[in-house]
Amino acid sequence: MVEFTLPKNSKVKPGKVWPKPEGATNLREYRVYRWSPDDTENPRVDTYYVNLDDCGPMVLDGLIWIKNKIDPTLTFRRSCREGICGSCAMNIDGANTLACTKGMADVRGDAVRIYPLPHMPVIKDLVPDLSIPYAQLSSIEPWLQTVTPEPATEWRQSHEDRAKLDGLYECILCFCCQTSCPSYWWNGERYLGPAVLLQAYRWLIDSRDEATGERLDMLEDPFRLYRCHTIMNCTQTCPKGLNPAKAIAEIKKMMVERRA
Amino acid sequence: MSKSAATRPRPLSPHLQIYRFTPTMAMSILHRITGIALFFGTLLFVLWLLAAAGSKTQFDFINGLFGSILGRLILFGYSWALIHHALGGIRHLLWDTGHGLEKHTSRTMAIMTLIGSVVLTIALWGAAWALRGGF
Repeated sequence: MVEFTLPKNSKVKPGKVWPKPEGATNLREYRVYRWSPDDTENPRVDTYYVNLDDCGPMVLDGLIWIKNKIDPTLTFRRSCREGICGSCAMNIDGANTLACTKGMADVRGDAVRIYPLPHMPVIKDLVPDLSIPYAQLSSIEPWLQTVTPEPATEWRQSHEDRAKLDGLYECILCFCCQTSCPSYWWNGERYLGPAVLLQAYRWLIDSRDEATGERLDMLEDPFRLYRCHTIMNCTQTCPKGLNPAKAIAEIKKMMVERRA
Repeated sequence: MSKSAATRPRPLSPHLQIYRFTPTMAMSILHRITGIALFFGTLLFVLWLLAAAGSKTQFDFINGLFGSILGRLILFGYSWALIHHALGGIRHLLWDTGHGLEKHTSRTMAIMTLIGSVVLTIALWGAAWALRGGF
Protein backbone atom coordinates (compact mmCIF):
# COMPACT_ATOMS: atom_id res chain seq x y z
CA MET A 1 0.00 0.00 0.00
CA VAL A 2 1.23 3.48 -0.78
CA GLU A 3 2.28 5.29 2.38
CA PHE A 4 4.45 8.33 1.88
CA THR A 5 5.32 8.91 5.53
CA LEU A 6 7.04 6.68 8.05
CA PRO A 7 5.16 4.98 10.91
CA LYS A 8 5.43 6.72 14.26
CA ASN A 9 8.03 4.33 15.68
CA SER A 10 10.19 4.81 12.56
CA LYS A 11 10.41 8.61 12.44
CA VAL A 12 14.04 9.64 12.45
CA LYS A 13 15.11 11.97 15.29
CA PRO A 14 18.25 14.12 15.45
CA GLY A 15 21.08 12.13 17.03
CA LYS A 16 24.36 12.57 18.77
CA VAL A 17 27.38 14.46 17.42
CA TRP A 18 30.47 12.43 18.29
CA PRO A 19 33.68 14.34 19.10
CA LYS A 20 36.19 15.00 16.33
CA PRO A 21 39.31 12.81 16.53
CA GLU A 22 42.10 14.68 18.37
CA GLY A 23 44.81 16.28 16.27
CA ALA A 24 43.23 15.28 12.96
CA THR A 25 43.04 17.96 10.28
CA ASN A 26 41.78 16.01 7.26
CA LEU A 27 38.20 15.17 8.31
CA ARG A 28 35.13 13.80 6.55
CA GLU A 29 31.72 14.06 8.14
CA TYR A 30 29.53 10.94 8.28
CA ARG A 31 25.82 11.03 9.17
CA VAL A 32 24.66 7.54 9.96
CA TYR A 33 21.21 6.08 10.72
CA ARG A 34 21.12 4.38 14.13
CA TRP A 35 18.51 2.20 15.79
CA SER A 36 18.93 -0.34 18.55
CA PRO A 37 16.42 -3.01 19.61
CA ASP A 38 17.85 -2.83 23.15
CA ASP A 39 16.46 0.58 24.15
CA THR A 40 13.15 2.36 23.66
CA GLU A 41 14.30 5.22 21.42
CA ASN A 42 13.20 6.06 17.89
CA PRO A 43 15.77 5.85 15.07
CA ARG A 44 18.24 8.76 14.95
CA VAL A 45 21.06 10.07 12.78
CA ASP A 46 24.46 10.30 14.47
CA THR A 47 27.28 12.52 13.22
CA TYR A 48 30.85 11.23 13.17
CA TYR A 49 34.12 12.69 11.91
CA VAL A 50 36.47 10.33 10.08
CA ASN A 51 40.21 11.04 10.00
CA LEU A 52 40.99 10.63 6.30
CA ASP A 53 44.76 10.49 6.99
CA ASP A 54 44.18 7.25 8.92
CA CYS A 55 41.53 5.65 6.73
CA GLY A 56 41.01 3.98 3.33
CA PRO A 57 39.19 5.74 0.46
CA MET A 58 35.90 3.84 0.38
CA VAL A 59 32.69 4.59 2.30
CA LEU A 60 33.02 1.17 3.98
CA ASP A 61 36.57 2.04 5.13
CA GLY A 62 35.07 5.05 6.91
CA LEU A 63 32.40 2.94 8.63
CA ILE A 64 35.02 0.41 9.79
CA TRP A 65 37.21 3.27 11.00
CA ILE A 66 34.31 4.69 13.04
CA LYS A 67 33.57 1.26 14.52
CA ASN A 68 37.23 0.70 15.45
CA LYS A 69 38.14 4.19 16.62
CA ILE A 70 35.00 5.96 17.85
CA ASP A 71 31.88 3.87 18.41
CA PRO A 72 32.10 0.05 18.58
CA THR A 73 28.30 -0.24 18.81
CA LEU A 74 27.84 0.89 15.18
CA THR A 75 26.39 -2.15 13.40
CA PHE A 76 26.55 -3.03 9.68
CA ARG A 77 27.10 -6.06 7.45
CA ARG A 78 30.32 -6.40 5.46
CA SER A 79 32.51 -9.21 4.28
CA CYS A 80 34.49 -9.25 1.03
CA ARG A 81 35.25 -5.50 0.67
CA GLU A 82 35.44 -5.93 -3.11
CA GLY A 83 31.86 -5.85 -4.40
CA ILE A 84 31.26 -9.58 -4.77
CA CYS A 85 29.46 -10.63 -1.56
CA GLY A 86 26.72 -7.98 -1.51
CA SER A 87 26.72 -7.68 2.29
CA CYS A 88 27.40 -3.96 2.63
CA ALA A 89 24.46 -2.82 0.46
CA MET A 90 23.04 0.39 1.95
CA ASN A 91 21.66 3.77 0.97
CA ILE A 92 24.58 6.18 0.52
CA ASP A 93 24.04 9.77 -0.58
CA GLY A 94 20.44 9.03 -1.53
CA ALA A 95 21.05 5.96 -3.70
CA ASN A 96 21.49 2.28 -2.95
CA THR A 97 24.96 0.90 -3.53
CA LEU A 98 27.75 -1.14 -1.97
CA ALA A 99 29.73 0.74 0.68
CA CYS A 100 32.91 -1.11 -0.34
CA THR A 101 32.89 0.01 -3.97
CA LYS A 102 31.60 3.56 -3.39
CA GLY A 103 34.44 6.05 -3.01
CA MET A 104 34.09 8.72 -0.33
CA ALA A 105 35.36 11.22 -2.92
CA ASP A 106 32.39 10.35 -5.17
CA VAL A 107 29.90 11.45 -2.52
CA ARG A 108 28.66 14.96 -3.21
CA GLY A 109 27.92 17.49 -0.50
CA ASP A 110 29.35 18.19 2.92
CA ALA A 111 28.61 14.85 4.55
CA VAL A 112 28.40 11.15 3.72
CA ARG A 113 24.78 10.31 4.54
CA ILE A 114 24.10 6.63 5.18
CA TYR A 115 20.80 4.81 5.76
CA PRO A 116 19.85 1.15 5.65
CA LEU A 117 18.31 -0.21 2.42
CA PRO A 118 15.00 1.68 2.07
CA HIS A 119 11.56 0.51 3.20
CA MET A 120 12.80 -2.56 5.07
CA PRO A 121 12.35 -3.59 8.71
CA VAL A 122 15.53 -2.63 10.57
CA ILE A 123 17.23 -5.24 12.79
CA LYS A 124 19.87 -2.81 14.03
CA ASP A 125 21.51 0.36 12.62
CA LEU A 126 22.36 -0.39 8.96
CA VAL A 127 21.23 -4.03 9.06
CA PRO A 128 17.86 -4.60 7.36
CA ASP A 129 15.74 -7.75 7.64
CA LEU A 130 15.88 -9.34 4.18
CA SER A 131 13.73 -12.39 4.98
CA ILE A 132 10.99 -11.43 2.53
CA PRO A 133 13.24 -10.93 -0.52
CA TYR A 134 14.99 -14.24 0.27
CA ALA A 135 11.64 -16.03 0.53
CA GLN A 136 10.63 -14.46 -2.79
CA LEU A 137 13.86 -15.70 -4.35
CA SER A 138 13.06 -19.25 -3.14
CA SER A 139 9.57 -18.97 -4.64
CA ILE A 140 10.90 -18.68 -8.21
CA GLU A 141 12.93 -21.92 -7.70
CA PRO A 142 16.30 -20.55 -8.88
CA TRP A 143 17.86 -23.81 -10.01
CA LEU A 144 18.03 -25.91 -13.18
CA GLN A 145 14.83 -27.90 -13.76
CA THR A 146 14.66 -30.66 -16.37
CA VAL A 147 12.47 -33.59 -17.39
CA THR A 148 14.83 -35.32 -19.84
CA PRO A 149 17.14 -37.87 -18.19
CA GLU A 150 20.35 -36.42 -16.85
CA PRO A 151 23.22 -36.77 -19.36
CA ALA A 152 26.21 -38.93 -18.45
CA THR A 153 28.57 -35.96 -18.49
CA GLU A 154 27.18 -32.43 -18.33
CA TRP A 155 24.28 -30.39 -19.75
CA ARG A 156 25.67 -29.02 -23.00
CA GLN A 157 25.14 -25.41 -24.05
CA SER A 158 26.24 -23.53 -27.17
CA HIS A 159 28.38 -20.42 -26.90
CA GLU A 160 25.43 -18.36 -28.16
CA ASP A 161 23.06 -19.75 -25.52
CA ARG A 162 25.67 -19.28 -22.82
CA ALA A 163 26.05 -15.62 -23.87
CA LYS A 164 22.37 -15.05 -23.07
CA LEU A 165 23.21 -15.44 -19.39
CA ASP A 166 25.70 -12.56 -19.45
CA GLY A 167 24.40 -9.59 -17.50
CA LEU A 168 22.27 -11.93 -15.38
CA TYR A 169 24.56 -14.46 -13.72
CA GLU A 170 26.70 -11.64 -12.28
CA CYS A 171 23.95 -10.59 -9.84
CA ILE A 172 25.23 -10.86 -6.27
CA LEU A 173 21.79 -10.53 -4.63
CA CYS A 174 22.69 -7.43 -2.64
CA PHE A 175 19.06 -6.22 -3.09
CA CYS A 176 20.12 -2.64 -3.90
CA CYS A 177 17.69 -2.69 -6.85
CA GLN A 178 14.95 -4.50 -4.96
CA THR A 179 14.83 -1.84 -2.23
CA SER A 180 15.22 1.11 -4.64
CA CYS A 181 11.93 0.33 -6.37
CA PRO A 182 8.88 2.39 -5.30
CA SER A 183 6.59 -0.38 -6.61
CA TYR A 184 8.37 -2.75 -4.26
CA TRP A 185 8.06 -0.25 -1.40
CA TRP A 186 4.28 -0.11 -1.82
CA ASN A 187 3.63 -3.77 -2.69
CA GLY A 188 6.70 -5.58 -1.36
CA GLU A 189 4.82 -8.64 -0.17
CA ARG A 190 3.08 -9.33 -3.49
CA TYR A 191 5.37 -7.86 -6.15
CA LEU A 192 8.50 -10.01 -6.57
CA GLY A 193 10.77 -7.02 -7.19
CA PRO A 194 13.61 -6.37 -9.67
CA ALA A 195 16.29 -8.61 -8.11
CA VAL A 196 14.03 -11.66 -7.93
CA LEU A 197 12.59 -11.07 -11.43
CA LEU A 198 16.11 -10.78 -12.86
CA GLN A 199 16.83 -14.19 -11.32
CA ALA A 200 13.56 -15.54 -12.74
CA TYR A 201 14.63 -14.36 -16.22
CA ARG A 202 18.07 -15.89 -15.75
CA TRP A 203 16.38 -19.35 -15.59
CA LEU A 204 13.72 -18.56 -18.19
CA ILE A 205 16.29 -17.98 -20.94
CA ASP A 206 18.69 -20.74 -19.87
CA SER A 207 18.68 -23.09 -22.88
CA ARG A 208 19.13 -26.11 -20.56
CA ASP A 209 16.10 -25.36 -18.38
CA GLU A 210 12.92 -27.25 -19.26
CA ALA A 211 10.45 -25.59 -16.86
CA THR A 212 9.95 -22.39 -18.89
CA GLY A 213 6.16 -22.82 -19.14
CA GLU A 214 5.69 -23.48 -15.43
CA ARG A 215 7.96 -20.56 -14.58
CA LEU A 216 5.92 -18.20 -16.77
CA ASP A 217 2.66 -19.55 -15.30
CA MET A 218 3.93 -18.67 -11.83
CA LEU A 219 4.77 -15.10 -12.93
CA GLU A 220 1.49 -14.49 -14.81
CA ASP A 221 -0.02 -12.42 -12.01
CA PRO A 222 -1.07 -8.77 -11.67
CA PHE A 223 1.31 -8.32 -8.75
CA ARG A 224 4.25 -10.75 -9.00
CA LEU A 225 5.39 -9.44 -12.40
CA TYR A 226 3.13 -6.64 -13.57
CA ARG A 227 3.70 -4.24 -10.66
CA CYS A 228 6.79 -3.15 -12.56
CA HIS A 229 5.91 0.28 -13.98
CA THR A 230 9.34 0.94 -15.53
CA ILE A 231 10.35 3.50 -12.91
CA MET A 232 13.92 2.35 -13.69
CA ASN A 233 15.41 2.95 -10.23
CA CYS A 234 16.69 -0.65 -10.31
CA THR A 235 18.83 -0.14 -13.40
CA GLN A 236 19.96 3.31 -12.27
CA THR A 237 21.20 2.01 -8.92
CA CYS A 238 22.65 -1.48 -9.58
CA PRO A 239 26.25 -1.43 -8.25
CA LYS A 240 27.20 -4.20 -10.69
CA GLY A 241 25.91 -2.32 -13.75
CA LEU A 242 23.22 -4.92 -14.50
CA ASN A 243 19.80 -4.16 -15.97
CA PRO A 244 16.86 -5.66 -14.02
CA ALA A 245 14.36 -3.40 -15.87
CA LYS A 246 15.39 -4.95 -19.18
CA ALA A 247 15.12 -8.47 -17.75
CA ILE A 248 11.58 -7.68 -16.57
CA ALA A 249 10.66 -6.22 -19.99
CA GLU A 250 11.95 -9.43 -21.61
CA ILE A 251 9.73 -11.54 -19.31
CA LYS A 252 6.73 -9.39 -20.25
CA LYS A 253 7.61 -9.96 -23.91
CA MET A 254 7.81 -13.73 -23.36
CA MET A 255 4.32 -13.57 -21.85
CA VAL A 256 2.93 -11.87 -24.97
CA GLU A 257 4.84 -14.12 -27.37
CA ARG A 258 3.59 -17.37 -25.83
CA ARG A 259 -0.02 -16.18 -26.17
CA ALA A 260 0.42 -15.53 -29.90
CA MET B 1 18.21 -12.20 21.47
CA SER B 2 16.59 -11.14 24.73
CA LYS B 3 12.81 -11.22 25.04
CA SER B 4 12.41 -7.46 25.22
CA ALA B 5 14.40 -7.02 22.02
CA ALA B 6 12.31 -9.64 20.23
CA THR B 7 9.02 -8.04 21.19
CA ARG B 8 9.96 -4.50 20.26
CA PRO B 9 8.62 -3.79 16.77
CA ARG B 10 11.25 -3.07 14.16
CA PRO B 11 11.15 0.37 12.54
CA LEU B 12 10.73 0.78 8.80
CA SER B 13 13.82 2.25 7.18
CA PRO B 14 13.34 5.65 5.45
CA HIS B 15 12.45 5.49 1.74
CA LEU B 16 10.93 8.47 -0.14
CA GLN B 17 12.29 10.75 2.59
CA ILE B 18 15.92 9.94 1.71
CA TYR B 19 15.97 8.54 -1.83
CA ARG B 20 17.54 10.92 -4.34
CA PHE B 21 15.12 11.43 -7.23
CA THR B 22 16.41 10.07 -10.54
CA PRO B 23 15.09 11.61 -13.80
CA THR B 24 13.30 8.33 -14.66
CA MET B 25 11.68 8.21 -11.21
CA ALA B 26 10.56 11.86 -11.47
CA MET B 27 9.09 11.34 -14.96
CA SER B 28 7.29 8.20 -13.79
CA ILE B 29 5.56 10.17 -11.05
CA LEU B 30 4.86 13.09 -13.43
CA HIS B 31 3.29 10.59 -15.86
CA ARG B 32 0.82 9.61 -13.14
CA ILE B 33 0.15 13.19 -12.06
CA THR B 34 -0.43 14.33 -15.65
CA GLY B 35 -2.71 11.31 -16.14
CA ILE B 36 -4.86 12.43 -13.22
CA ALA B 37 -4.76 16.04 -14.47
CA LEU B 38 -5.97 14.87 -17.89
CA PHE B 39 -9.02 13.29 -16.26
CA PHE B 40 -10.08 16.69 -14.95
CA GLY B 41 -8.94 18.48 -18.11
CA THR B 42 -11.17 16.19 -20.16
CA LEU B 43 -14.10 17.19 -17.94
CA LEU B 44 -13.43 20.81 -18.95
CA PHE B 45 -13.44 19.75 -22.58
CA VAL B 46 -16.78 17.94 -22.09
CA LEU B 47 -18.17 21.06 -20.41
CA TRP B 48 -17.16 23.11 -23.48
CA LEU B 49 -18.83 20.60 -25.85
CA LEU B 50 -22.00 20.54 -23.72
CA ALA B 51 -22.14 24.33 -23.82
CA ALA B 52 -21.68 24.26 -27.58
CA ALA B 53 -24.55 21.79 -27.85
CA GLY B 54 -26.65 24.03 -25.58
CA SER B 55 -27.39 27.63 -26.36
CA LYS B 56 -25.32 30.56 -27.60
CA THR B 57 -25.50 32.19 -24.15
CA GLN B 58 -24.17 29.06 -22.49
CA PHE B 59 -21.39 28.74 -25.06
CA ASP B 60 -20.39 32.40 -24.76
CA PHE B 61 -20.32 32.06 -20.98
CA ILE B 62 -18.06 28.97 -20.98
CA ASN B 63 -15.92 30.37 -23.78
CA GLY B 64 -15.55 33.57 -21.76
CA LEU B 65 -14.43 31.58 -18.69
CA PHE B 66 -11.87 29.63 -20.71
CA GLY B 67 -10.69 32.82 -22.38
CA SER B 68 -9.95 34.59 -19.08
CA ILE B 69 -6.37 34.79 -17.81
CA LEU B 70 -7.00 32.03 -15.26
CA GLY B 71 -8.84 29.95 -17.86
CA ARG B 72 -5.97 30.24 -20.29
CA LEU B 73 -3.47 29.30 -17.60
CA ILE B 74 -5.47 26.16 -16.84
CA LEU B 75 -5.73 25.34 -20.55
CA PHE B 76 -1.98 25.89 -20.91
CA GLY B 77 -1.41 23.42 -18.04
CA TYR B 78 -3.88 20.99 -19.62
CA SER B 79 -2.14 21.08 -22.98
CA TRP B 80 1.25 20.56 -21.29
CA ALA B 81 -0.12 17.61 -19.32
CA LEU B 82 -1.53 16.12 -22.53
CA ILE B 83 1.75 16.46 -24.42
CA HIS B 84 3.84 15.23 -21.47
CA HIS B 85 1.59 12.22 -20.99
CA ALA B 86 1.64 11.45 -24.72
CA LEU B 87 5.45 11.60 -24.86
CA GLY B 88 5.57 9.39 -21.75
CA GLY B 89 3.20 6.99 -23.47
CA ILE B 90 5.49 6.76 -26.50
CA ARG B 91 8.39 6.05 -24.12
CA HIS B 92 6.41 3.21 -22.55
CA LEU B 93 5.53 1.79 -26.00
CA LEU B 94 9.22 1.74 -26.89
CA TRP B 95 10.07 0.08 -23.55
CA ASP B 96 7.44 -2.59 -24.18
CA THR B 97 9.43 -3.70 -27.23
CA GLY B 98 12.47 -4.17 -24.97
CA HIS B 99 14.34 -1.11 -26.29
CA GLY B 100 15.56 2.06 -24.58
CA LEU B 101 15.97 0.41 -21.19
CA GLU B 102 19.72 0.93 -20.80
CA LYS B 103 20.85 3.04 -17.85
CA HIS B 104 21.96 6.12 -19.80
CA THR B 105 19.41 5.83 -22.63
CA SER B 106 16.48 5.71 -20.20
CA ARG B 107 17.92 8.66 -18.29
CA THR B 108 18.33 10.73 -21.45
CA MET B 109 14.83 9.79 -22.61
CA ALA B 110 13.37 10.92 -19.28
CA ILE B 111 15.09 14.31 -19.50
CA MET B 112 14.04 14.66 -23.17
CA THR B 113 10.42 13.91 -22.21
CA LEU B 114 10.40 16.91 -19.90
CA ILE B 115 12.23 19.25 -22.28
CA GLY B 116 10.17 18.01 -25.24
CA SER B 117 6.86 18.52 -23.47
CA VAL B 118 7.71 22.12 -22.52
CA VAL B 119 9.05 22.97 -25.99
CA LEU B 120 6.05 21.41 -27.79
CA THR B 121 3.55 23.14 -25.49
CA ILE B 122 5.14 26.52 -26.11
CA ALA B 123 5.26 25.75 -29.85
CA LEU B 124 1.57 24.81 -29.80
CA TRP B 125 0.57 28.05 -28.08
CA GLY B 126 2.93 30.00 -30.33
CA ALA B 127 1.24 28.47 -33.37
CA ALA B 128 -2.20 29.31 -31.93
CA TRP B 129 -0.97 32.85 -31.32
CA ALA B 130 0.31 33.18 -34.89
CA LEU B 131 -2.89 31.73 -36.42
CA ARG B 132 -5.14 34.02 -34.41
CA GLY B 133 -2.85 37.01 -34.87
CA GLY B 134 -2.54 37.60 -31.11
CA PHE B 135 -4.81 36.71 -28.19
